Amino acid sequence: MKIHEYQAKQILQQFGVVTPQGIPCFSVEESVTAARELGGDVWVVKAQIYAGGRGKGGGVKVAHSLDEVRQYASQILNMKLVTHQTGAEGQVVRRLFIEQGVAIAKEFYIGMVVDRSSQCVCLMASSEGGMEIEQVAADTPEKIHKVFIDPIAGLTNQEAKETAIKIGIPEESVSETVTLLRGLYQAFDQTDASLVEINPLSLTTSNDVIALDAKMNFDDNGLFRHTEILALRDLDEEEPLEIEASKHDLSYIPLDGNIGCLVNGAGLAMATMDIIKLYGGSPANFLDVGGGATAEKVTEAFKLMLRNPELQAILVNIFGGIMKCDVIAEGIVMAAREVQLTVPLIVRLEGTNVKLGKQILEESGLTIISASNMADAAQKAVTAAAES
Amino acid sequence: MSILINRNSRIMTQGITGKTGQFHTRLCREYANGENCFVAGVNPRKPGENFEGIQIYATVDEAKQATGANVSVIYVPPPFAAAAIDEAVEAGIDLVICITEGIPVRDMIRTRYKMKDSNTVLIGPNCPGIITPDEVKIGIMPGYIHKKGRIGVVSRSGTLTYEAVAQLMALGLGQSTCIGIGGDPVNGLKHIDVMKRFNEDDETDAVLMVGEIGGTDEEECAYWVRDNMQKPVVGFIAGVTAPPGKRMGHAGAIISGGKGTAQEKLAVMDACGIKVTKNPAEMGKLLKSTL
Repeated sequence: MKIHEYQAKQILQQFGVVTPQGIPCFSVEESVTAARELGGDVWVVKAQIYAGGRGKGGGVKVAHSLDEVRQYASQILNMKLVTHQTGAEGQVVRRLFIEQGVAIAKEFYIGMVVDRSSQCVCLMASSEGGMEIEQVAADTPEKIHKVFIDPIAGLTNQEAKETAIKIGIPEESVSETVTLLRGLYQAFDQTDASLVEINPLSLTTSNDVIALDAKMNFDDNGLFRHTEILALRDLDEEEPLEIEASKHDLSYIPLDGNIGCLVNGAGLAMATMDIIKLYGGSPANFLDVGGGATAEKVTEAFKLMLRNPELQAILVNIFGGIMKCDVIAEGIVMAAREVQLTVPLIVRLEGTNVKLGKQILEESGLTIISASNMADAAQKAVTAAAES
Repeated sequence: MSILINRNSRIMTQGITGKTGQFHTRLCREYANGENCFVAGVNPRKPGENFEGIQIYATVDEAKQATGANVSVIYVPPPFAAAAIDEAVEAGIDLVICITEGIPVRDMIRTRYKMKDSNTVLIGPNCPGIITPDEVKIGIMPGYIHKKGRIGVVSRSGTLTYEAVAQLMALGLGQSTCIGIGGDPVNGLKHIDVMKRFNEDDETDAVLMVGEIGGTDEEECAYWVRDNMQKPVVGFIAGVTAPPGKRMGHAGAIISGGKGTAQEKLAVMDACGIKVTKNPAEMGKLLKSTL
């Protein structure tokens, strides 16, 4: 799960991470009032969307007067912000964050992620603030300083100090940086985060270290113990179809093709998309109905796929293990009766109770193109999609 | 010999009284030598009771002392599953198979850290389990699709593994052992660990390796295969069409920061002498071509 920058900063502040003073706003008026309240003579008007690259897309502006705050807030609020992470359609800006301006001397990068190889949290720090860390890793990997954090000891004073020195924090600001880094790890650990990124971390002209931007992602599996974080979920930032799918405990990701896929199991679902592509077609979605799908769940899955106006065919690929083919077959029949099936349906069933499943489909009187294996299914789906 | 488990394994089930634990313990028991292999259950609130004749103990340690069980399979719900692994590790169980899906990564980081100096081998979590066909099955895979033979199978997924097994079976190829190592980012055995065991196993002639997007486990395994493997290995990676930054069902199946793509993995495997296919319907055929 993702959250907005201002929410991440609120969480990090609780762990002693210093950020600029700021107020989240939902209207232009609120933004002006917020700037007045914050005081000073420089403010930053920041679009709050989950995607990165907001600055380059025109979603972050520095204002030098309250009039400018008003001007930028009205420009940014409700704009369709396009960044390298939003795709061409962009994301509508519904929230702003008004922050006090900070006089910056130098910028750094700080990130924490779960490192799969070492199976612990990895702190990455670099003198190259404000840049994409992937770019730094590709061009100048020696500029990234890494610490693999012991989960029991946490990030030690010594490790934090070495990190600060390595990336070039001046001596008088090292102790402040140590506090910030250790607070950052505590926040990561105690909120079940999967990613924390401060880019940039800024050294001000008065030698203070301050988190100018903040990004936090969380491990979905850990959210059951963080109702306060779950409450921050902003549904406006998520795909409506993915929200709908998650309500039915379906794993669904829309893609830009025209062949809908309904599969049990994530690996098989990806493989099904791959084989469609291999035979010259294009998958419309990833959809894993999971191990314990019921007929109702299958019906919901069909409804989701059929909402896609581009849809030209549906391919059902089921390898029944614990999940029985007859249950899937009943679900297909139920779904086909409930929704108007306007596109060809190709079904490949294999595994537990496959005969019974096929019999149910045959006796249903539905027009179904049955396939004997995965390759056959994909070829038939690609042909059907091209013809319809 | 098969790897890790055989007809003589003595197995306990942690979480035997839950719905999932009951259902799969029953099916595993019905499979091949399961009746003799599944000897104990664990539930701290129900010691002294039994599940269809399988004695239930309060702790893993008690179950081990009383029955000599050296393998444990875990169906405990996600919030308590990592602690269940810890308990099995502390009791000195040789092999722990955790089926549970949805364990927080933070819990698994701690559990793996605590296991550093132990001899316990962990499979999973979020996996279908392990089967040595016609001897014993520990997990949720359908037993009847397998047959004893000489092909090793290792995979991060469930149903895609069944698909691979079905393709082998259609060509008359049985399996020595099939292992699902699971779809989580922090887990026990990796492809490389399983590959090493297959290499040393007299009853395995070739290995089918099924991977997916996310992480670099397949690459690490491929480099090891290049330098050490004595047997043919073929592979498939799911997710060539997966968009970056999206979690594809499994917690660990995500392309992040441009890393962990299927294309990258396939290229490394190919360069390391592993025959790869981009067609998931041809995994069996590809393997047969190496024999």
